[in-house]
Amino acid sequence: MTDTLTIALAGNPNSGKTTIFNALTGAHQHVGNYPGVTVEKKHGVCHHKGVRIDVVDLPGTYSLTAYSVEELVARNFIIDEHPDVVVDIVDASNVERNLYLATQLIELDVPLVLAFNMSDVAKRRGLVFDIPRLSQLLGVGIVPMVGSRNEGVEALLDTVIDTARTRATPGPRRIRYGAEVEEELARIEALLDTDCRALARYGKRWLALKLLENDKEITEMVHTPAVLEAVRLSRAHLSAIFGEDAEIIIAERRYGSISGACQEAVQSSTELRHDMPDKADAVLTHPILGLPIFIVLMYLVFQLTFTAGEYPMRWLEAFFAFAARMVTAVWPGEPGPLHSLVVDGVLGGVGGVLIFLPNILLLFLAIAFLEDTGYMARAAFIMDQIMHKIGLHGKSFIPMLIGFGCSVPAIMATRILENQRNRIATIMVIPLISCGARFPIYMMIIPTFFPNHKGLVLSSIYFIGIIIAIVLARLLRLTLLKGETIPFVMELPPYRLPTIRGLLTHMWQRAWLYVRKAGTVILAISIVIWAATSYPKPDSRALGDLPPEEVRMIELRHSVVGRIGKTLAPVLEPLGFDWRISTSLVGAFAAKEVFVSQMDIMYAVGELKAGGEALRARIQADYTPLQGFCVMLFCLISMPCVATIAMTRQETGSWRWALLQLFGLTILAYIITFAVYQVGRLFV
Amino acid sequence: MNKVSQIPLSSVPTGQRVRLANIDAGQGLKSRLAAMGMVPNTEILVVSNGSPGPFVVAVKGCRIALGRGMARKVMVKTSLS
Repeated sequence: MTDTLTIALAGNPNSGKTTIFNALTGAHQHVGNYPGVTVEKKHGVCHHKGVRIDVVDLPGTYSLTAYSVEELVARNFIIDEHPDVVVDIVDASNVERNLYLATQLIELDVPLVLAFNMSDVAKRRGLVFDIPRLSQLLGVGIVPMVGSRNEGVEALLDTVIDTARTRATPGPRRIRYGAEVEEELARIEALLDTDCRALARYGKRWLALKLLENDKEITEMVHTPAVLEAVRLSRAHLSAIFGEDAEIIIAERRYGSISGACQEAVQSSTELRHDMPDKADAVLTHPILGLPIFIVLMYLVFQLTFTAGEYPMRWLEAFFAFAARMVTAVWPGEPGPLHSLVVDGVLGGVGGVLIFLPNILLLFLAIAFLEDTGYMARAAFIMDQIMHKIGLHGKSFIPMLIGFGCSVPAIMATRILENQRNRIATIMVIPLISCGARFPIYMMIIPTFFPNHKGLVLSSIYFIGIIIAIVLARLLRLTLLKGETIPFVMELPPYRLPTIRGLLTHMWQRAWLYVRKAGTVILAISIVIWAATSYPKPDSRALGDLPPEEVRMIELRHSVVGRIGKTLAPVLEPLGFDWRISTSLVGAFAAKEVFVSQMDIMYAVGELKAGGEALRARIQADYTPLQGFCVMLFCLISMPCVATIAMTRQETGSWRWALLQLFGLTILAYIITFAVYQVGRLFV
Repeated sequence: MNKVSQIPLSSVPTGQRVRLANIDAGQGLKSRLAAMGMVPNTEILVVSNGSPGPFVVAVKGCRIALGRGMARKVMVKTSLS
């Protein structure tokens, strides 16, 4: 045998699959997406007895149908990538429901091992397993485990290596579906014999079964009219006998066969199943108290993220400023273009994103805590009544809330959404939730033009963003992302005490993606924007001995960004924007708060702190409150920053959505600001 | 055999046990519910019918939360045992 194995971890959501994955691979993990879909792919490596084992964590699923992307991804990975062994993580305390997925893995006829996780909880619930008997009945090896305490990991890996060595498959025909169904299966199988290319990829029985279940993906692969006609007749026949669709009869039979096996090999010594309502649920999902409790908890998460995160964020800010000074101090010779690239481009651009790392770590820690305790499922349930009306899922609320801080982690947080359409719709509207970086823009404009209505104007801006987000999400779900609004059905996992290691691993996995993003895409784009604001340089002789502020302004006007701004000025004029605002808006593509520092440069005020009193006095002299409001409106809606676009590209897996977000929102901003400015002018 | 009357799950009070008859939904949703254990004749315990609030049932030892609209589409038989 080879010294490298690939194993795939399958299992229900909440079966403790992630815990086992962490136990197996420790820190050696990579998180990404399956190609082309918004499904998170995690893989890692572990070594056992001289064998290198690549572990792939499949998405958590209840079944292997073609109805969800996750199930398709899991199924196709097993079929196409031929992992040496599939390990199905079974929550032993919920053995019947969890074995349903196992029955389908058995039918795929791949080398399989069942890991009975949480066997300690099962024991407490009074479940006693006759493991050898159950293993014999199902035809697969079973390893009892307690993933959270690392118990059973060695035994699991031993069994995995054994199974890989013998390539022992469960053997076909483990589940009998009863005379009527078997008869129809045989009829279809007979027809598959001759001319079906899909046969090479799947076994004959599995193919027949999937056809009878009316599996969309499989049905589309079969082109023989005789087969399709036979399937149609068989389905009609079964439905006439049982008064149910074939796939439901098949599901029922699978559960029947599990039930039979469990009756023989699982003893339940007490009747104390967790059927009794939890006391915690009586409070946390209370019809009246549930929502206020949720709001308070979210407020706490928010506070933790932005208040506790503030200090380390300042330290990082100071660190980057210090680094910039150090670079300047040790720079050999006159600071030239290369110095500017390092200090303004690299340190400024990447530093500007990395200083949010403490906030992000805290935020992901809080989310991991809410997820691992089981509260997140309840929160989604509570919010669903509201979010459903928008066409989004209850859980969409969480990323949108994070969006008030920063769109980048918010888009990453949409990974908690299982449904692809919901996830994309949520990603698309997140930039409308006014992020922290836009706050400095409001702080420049609101005290200048609306000194008596500061709170009102500020909250109205946030509110406008939310309203547009809601309308847009609804619109997307009715058009581009049309599809059955999935009625709310969700498992409420039992409340669990999370492990510190689990929390930290979850937190770090997501935070690392952010760091990597900052070091790659954001770094590259920062350099491009730095170059665009610095080049081409005006003739230095013409500048003479002008004060440095004047020089900076002339340089910016002369640069690519300045030229674009000037070219765009006539286009933006109907919105009430002049060339100064236009140029600053172009620069703000790098990061929203750059708008303020660019305005500073444009007015050559040369203050130490961007957006200070002097700038306010200047803009008050040059612009009207209506223009000020329009700037805020445009900054709110238009052009998400490059980091957001890059993240949308990564998370949706296509430039199509990222570009739609960029141009769609910018066009929308143009239309809305145009209307507001033109109508507003009639009154002001 | 006397015919057992079918009622929507949404009208079953908290704490009562019933058996699933059928679900009036599309193929996708029906299959998803079946995978979660909601197949015909499964015992369902209504953990919380907090109308108008959350609707929670226990099926095969798992808690499942259903939207209210969903609970109206699940037809059940009142358990005889």
